[in-house]
Amino acid sequence: MSIALPEQATSPVAALAPHPDPAPSRGRRFAPGLAAAGVVLLLVAVATVAPRLLTGTDPLAADPFHALEGPSGAHWFGTDQLGRDVFTRVVHGARYSLSIGVISTLLSVLSGGILGLVAGLSPRAVDEVLSRALDVLSAFPEVLLALLFIAFTEPGTPSLIMAIALAFAPRYGRIVRAQTLLVRRSGYVEQAVTFGLSRTRLVWRHILPNVLGPLPILATIGLGSAIVNASALSFLGMGPQPPSPEWGAMLSESRNYLRVAWWAAILPGATLTITVISLTAVGRRLQRRFEGRR
Amino acid sequence: MLKPILRRLGSGAVVLWAAASAAYLALRLAPGDTVDTLVGDGPDTPQIRAQIARDLGLDRPAVVQYVDYLWRLLHGDFGRSYVLQRPVVDIIGSQVWPTVKLTLLATAFSAVIAVGLAIVTAGRARWLRGLVSGIELSIVSAPGFLIGILLLSVFSFQLGWFPVSGDRDASALVLPAVALALPIGGLLSQVIREGLERALDEPFAVTARARGLTRSALLWRHALRHALLPAVTLAGTLIGFLLSAAVIVERVFGRPGLGEVATEAVNNKDIPVVLAVVMLAAAIYVVLSTLADLAYLLIDPRLRKG
Amino acid sequence: MAALVTVNDLHVTFPGGGTGPVHAVRGISFTVERGECVAIVGESGSGKSVTARSLVGLAGPFAEVRAAALEVDGRDTGGYTDRDWRRLRGRVAGLVLQDALVSLDPLNTVGQEIGEVLRTHRVGVAATRDAQVTALLDAVHVPEPAERARQYPHQLSGGLRQRALIASAIAADPPLLIADEPTTALDVTVQASLLRLLAERRAAGSTLLLVSHDLAVVAGIADRVLVMRDGLIVEQGPTQRILTAPEHDYTRMLLAAVPTAASRGHRLSSTTRSPLPAPAVDPSRTVLRADGLHKHFGTRHAVNDVTFTLARGEILGVVGESGSGKTTVARIALGLLEPDGGTVHLGQTRWTGVPERRRRPDRRRLQVVSQDPLSSFDPRYTVEKLVAEPLDLRGAARRDRVVELLERVGLGAAHLRRHPRELSGGQRQRVAIARAVGPRPDVLVCDEPVSALDVSVQAQVLDLLADLRAADGTALLFISHDLGVIHHLADRVLVMHDGRVVEQGPVEDVFARPEHQYTATLLAALPVLTG
Repeated sequence: MSIALPEQATSPVAALAPHPDPAPSRGRRFAPGLAAAGVVLLLVAVATVAPRLLTGTDPLAADPFHALEGPSGAHWFGTDQLGRDVFTRVVHGARYSLSIGVISTLLSVLSGGILGLVAGLSPRAVDEVLSRALDVLSAFPEVLLALLFIAFTEPGTPSLIMAIALAFAPRYGRIVRAQTLLVRRSGYVEQAVTFGLSRTRLVWRHILPNVLGPLPILATIGLGSAIVNASALSFLGMGPQPPSPEWGAMLSESRNYLRVAWWAAILPGATLTITVISLTAVGRRLQRRFEGRR
Repeated sequence: MLKPILRRLGSGAVVLWAAASAAYLALRLAPGDTVDTLVGDGPDTPQIRAQIARDLGLDRPAVVQYVDYLWRLLHGDFGRSYVLQRPVVDIIGSQVWPTVKLTLLATAFSAVIAVGLAIVTAGRARWLRGLVSGIELSIVSAPGFLIGILLLSVFSFQLGWFPVSGDRDASALVLPAVALALPIGGLLSQVIREGLERALDEPFAVTARARGLTRSALLWRHALRHALLPAVTLAGTLIGFLLSAAVIVERVFGRPGLGEVATEAVNNKDIPVVLAVVMLAAAIYVVLSTLADLAYLLIDPRLRKG
Repeated sequence: MAALVTVNDLHVTFPGGGTGPVHAVRGISFTVERGECVAIVGESGSGKSVTARSLVGLAGPFAEVRAAALEVDGRDTGGYTDRDWRRLRGRVAGLVLQDALVSLDPLNTVGQEIGEVLRTHRVGVAATRDAQVTALLDAVHVPEPAERARQYPHQLSGGLRQRALIASAIAADPPLLIADEPTTALDVTVQASLLRLLAERRAAGSTLLLVSHDLAVVAGIADRVLVMRDGLIVEQGPTQRILTAPEHDYTRMLLAAVPTAASRGHRLSSTTRSPLPAPAVDPSRTVLRADGLHKHFGTRHAVNDVTFTLARGEILGVVGESGSGKTTVARIALGLLEPDGGTVHLGQTRWTGVPERRRRPDRRRLQVVSQDPLSSFDPRYTVEKLVAEPLDLRGAARRDRVVELLERVGLGAAHLRRHPRELSGGQRQRVAIARAVGPRPDVLVCDEPVSALDVSVQAQVLDLLADLRAADGTALLFISHDLGVIHHLADRVLVMHDGRVVEQGPVEDVFARPEHQYTATLLAALPVLTG
């Protein structure tokens, strides 16, 4: 449901005229937004690894006498229809969203990356076949491809992870292939040929590092998309099943009480959004730094 | 001019054919007995098993089955739903219109949002751009269902301006379309603004201003067309996004449409219906992104040769 | 009547990034009389373009322009609103930038671009606009003007494109025409014809303000020259006086740095005439030999029967205009491109028609320096790693050798840890040269190695190459579009045109007594420093 920007095609016509650069270059000034994003990600990481550090309550402990209570000192995010503490559930839910996102992103980066690399390094015929295959996979909208995968398997965390990984792999495959071709045809690889480097050493010394360098950054931005898509599928009931405190599933459960208790749906959603914004902001910042370096 | 058009149409057809074949392979190569797989957790009766076997023509040679499958697809025959016991085409046909209305309106909204925001903010003061791009980032990052729920909670429950769910009249269409349009508009406006700013930095923009053009003439007559190029490149991604998001937004607002058809079918393991919806989405994707490619040719004369 | 342009104490500042504001123009004053042609000459960063653009209020979106007086056509532009500026632009002053491929909107036809000026300034009426556009294109000598008006910039040749750009600048008949590097990046024959066009505009009454990095280009047309450096005018005066009796050291340095026939055998980076070390050419030892090379790209015969030899310590210049096939010859010689016919031998070793595996052991005997060094550097590498890559050394020996190489090219140990993107263009080219000479190659292929450099930096790099070949006996296959550079540096020259070698021989013979018509045309088109 969320999209990371694909690498922008740089303008084919570079400005040739002598031109003083009017854009004030961004120095390494302190960026409050970025610092906030860092803190958010740190908190989410803590919630994932050790949720008990942030809350002592049981995410499944129901208390019907205190159902649908608004946010207060005792219940920061209020309580849901079963009287469970929403804040505690949000904290414990980080583990689901983050692990599903991270594992599926790793899988899709790995599979897409290998496919893209092989396509980019292979002779034209092989490349043609592989990149057509990637085109075909990309033709399926991501959520629908994931739905299709789940239709063939069982709803639940493992198939959700696989579905998201499958849906996102073509994106990474295409990016890595394009990057591989770019590096392969670059002036510095040609230069290395004139040093008498063997093909294997060319690949290891120049092509792989320059292709894989930007991948962690892309994966950081892609992680946000993976998390949102995973929670969207959970929202549709295709992910971790109730009473698991997965963020998307929580929204789905509390949606029916929206009229009386907005907090039970909106606050988990807001947490999810802030997490994704932080990931994207940090990823883009890294990307800008990385591109500035080239 | 004709050759690149034919080439793009050809490659679109290849992708469609391959997508259909992949769907077929997915059906046939699924581990275990095909009929078992298809039945899965769904309703399991001898009639259904018999129908699956008949649908797939399991008694005939593989090649014949495959050709037959393609032939039927070409004629719009997607088989019968296991659960509803109706032709898949009828099910989709009866539910496609609400989704089409929703996506078209959302597309129009997002185009207006994107071009408007980009034109107003391109090359302007940094605080304004920073503020707007912060909002865009938030909207693009927020899950579509959250935007939908927020809109519902404010405009339907608190203010009571719009109906909560259903598809009774035009007013029921507004909130879902906005929920769908916001993230797409936010993303597009980022891309268009970046394109505008890059175009304004190019020497031809200096030349144009040196002719005495106003800022708005420069933006509308020169820069905007350049800025649309990366947006058109993004069309494929956006179409996929739109179709994916439509499924979820429809569910949030309890609207009838393909989203309901798809999620119900997945829950019921009604494979022919799921496959048909996914194939339809792929077909729409291929057709629209081919059109986008052709639009690119229309906008940029440099690509028209060869 | 007052001067057309009066500039008094002009300052232009750009807000900088972390380094503070950049003072691009620092208090300059000059005038341009009506009917005069004034040229501003300087190297990159001198502030010449910014000065010219300030006259039409286009110094840049963030530029801060201050002046005691900035008058154009009798009106002070101080306090001009955007509206006032728009009335001036195109109507009072036309602007022509470098390379119309990017200076005309690539998505519009040439006719639309020219028509836009007419429409903006309401010159004529819509009904006759097409005829006006055709007449304008005709006035700048574009053949078949009505047809060209319907074409897009990329469909025209570089010369016609630039003419169309000039047509759009003069469409509303402004008294002042500002041309910022109008002929840079064009072939020398095209450049000559455009300079004739500008001279013609001037004879017809236009006032010209030219901006150029190349003294020779403006020498033939400008009445007066302003020499700029670091935002200041270091010297101004009549062209003839500047060329023959320059008063400022910087002007003298610029003049001395221009490679010409006269500078042959002498250092360019020195204002006192000092000879270069004598080369030791050994004609008996052929280090590179090409026989009957052919290469086709589709239907185009890019290289057609090219034969040459290169002796130890010799510099063979390959000169030709764009599309003449000279770079293709270089790539074939480097073993990066297989010829469709013919052979190359590196010394006695067969170099083409053999698998890459067989070439590898001898690869380092043949090194390359290209026009754009940055793209030939792995973006992750430091200077040390770059220079060390072709060396088979480890540890301290490697470091020592890298430092030695850097010192040879005028850099030093201080640059080891730097990234090339932090270096200037000249320093990058030095790093590229240090890397190329590291493996002690027999042959160094230089593909337009100084084309992107300022003339003073070009002088230093050319001197460096001459020193290196004299010291090491390295042979150079030197490719350039610039006849002056070839005349200055090469021992023998190969003139290429449409993939063929039209003429070859010792530089002094060929340039003094060209036998082929094409060579004669090239030489005639070459702008010279008269003086």
